[in-house]
Amino acid sequence: MHTRVQIASIVVAVVILAGVFELVRRRRLGERYALLWMGAGVVLLVLAAWQHLLYTIAHAVGIYYPPNAFFVIAFGFALLLLLHFSIATSRLADETRILAQKVALLEARLRDQQAAGATGADQLDPEISEVSVEHPADRVAAG
Amino acid sequence: MNLQVQNQERLLVVVPAFNEECSVASVVASVREHTGYDVVVIDDGSRDATAERARAAGAHVVSLPYNLGIGGAVQTGFLYASEHGYDYMAQVDGDGQHDPAELIKLVAALRADPALDMAYGSRFLTDEHGYPAPLARRTGIRAFAFALRIALGRPVTDPTSGFRLCNRRAIELFARDYPHDYPEVEALMMLHACGMRFTEVPVRMHLRREGRSSITRLRSAYYMLKVSLALLAGMLRTRPEPAPTSTVHRS
Repeated sequence: MHTRVQIASIVVAVVILAGVFELVRRRRLGERYALLWMGAGVVLLVLAAWQHLLYTIAHAVGIYYPPNAFFVIAFGFALLLLLHFSIATSRLADETRILAQKVALLEARLRDQQAAGATGADQLDPEISEVSVEHPADRVAAG
Repeated sequence: MNLQVQNQERLLVVVPAFNEECSVASVVASVREHTGYDVVVIDDGSRDATAERARAAGAHVVSLPYNLGIGGAVQTGFLYASEHGYDYMAQVDGDGQHDPAELIKLVAALRADPALDMAYGSRFLTDEHGYPAPLARRTGIRAFAFALRIALGRPVTDPTSGFRLCNRRAIELFARDYPHDYPEVEALMMLHACGMRFTEVPVRMHLRREGRSSITRLRSAYYMLKVSLALLAGMLRTRPEPAPTSTVHRS
């Protein structure tokens, strides 16, 4: 009985590892996101293969049926990945907001300069042409 | 009336507007009529004629490619003010709720005390112009006022007022970092955390003339929870230092 659970666990871990690696190979998944998945796959594979370690962990936290410890740890990784994605989407939202603001400000300046050109002003407002487009929040997003 | 030329100070009025084609032109016209300051309308991804109406009324228009929400729109105004070297930036909402004639009071408050970095209009400091806010709204505002009183250690009567005037120091701070969804309450926390000073000025406000408030009943719960969490997190977070006002760089 335990052997069948062990085999199933090993298969799951190997499928995760192989699937993630294949996605990275096809450039469908970036390395920075793949690493957490690979880490989860490796830990699950070790726990599935090394029964003694799993039993020790299960005993230590009071889980009577050791394979349940395996699923608890797998669930923990799932939560970790979801949190990781929430952080990533927050960062992406910040980055797209900064892009939107930059695009809008550049567009407004371009319109002003075209209007200045259309009215025959051959010199652009020197103050405006010197203005840097660096977004003060760049450092925040990069950090 | 023309305080700007008199003191060689440049003041920008930022009007955030999302689908406010019915009211934005009159707001712009009113600002120009009462103050003569430069006006920039931040068109927050409107799908109606907000940008065209604002431009026709004589405002500069910055059109965001999609709706960022009030925080992102107002921050665009701070970025514009920072880039173009304005000394002061006022925020006047595009829905006609704020009376541009009252801007003079905010300007006078900052002029009177150079230690102040921001002044904002409170509709609750005066009895003569009773602001008929709905009961639920008033209750929410009171709750935030109470929380801020504890957090800041001083009374705040109208923490959700968006009718604000910032000096250069506050402009630089908010251009770099401004709260996203419902920014007014958090912005006060940021100022406090950065050691900046602000004051309340009694002003008259109108109920919205056109359109509907962005705060529907369904969003009120989200609003309360979001701002509460932001207040709690803000109390336990160190904010970025405001840009130094002088050329002396503190490191």
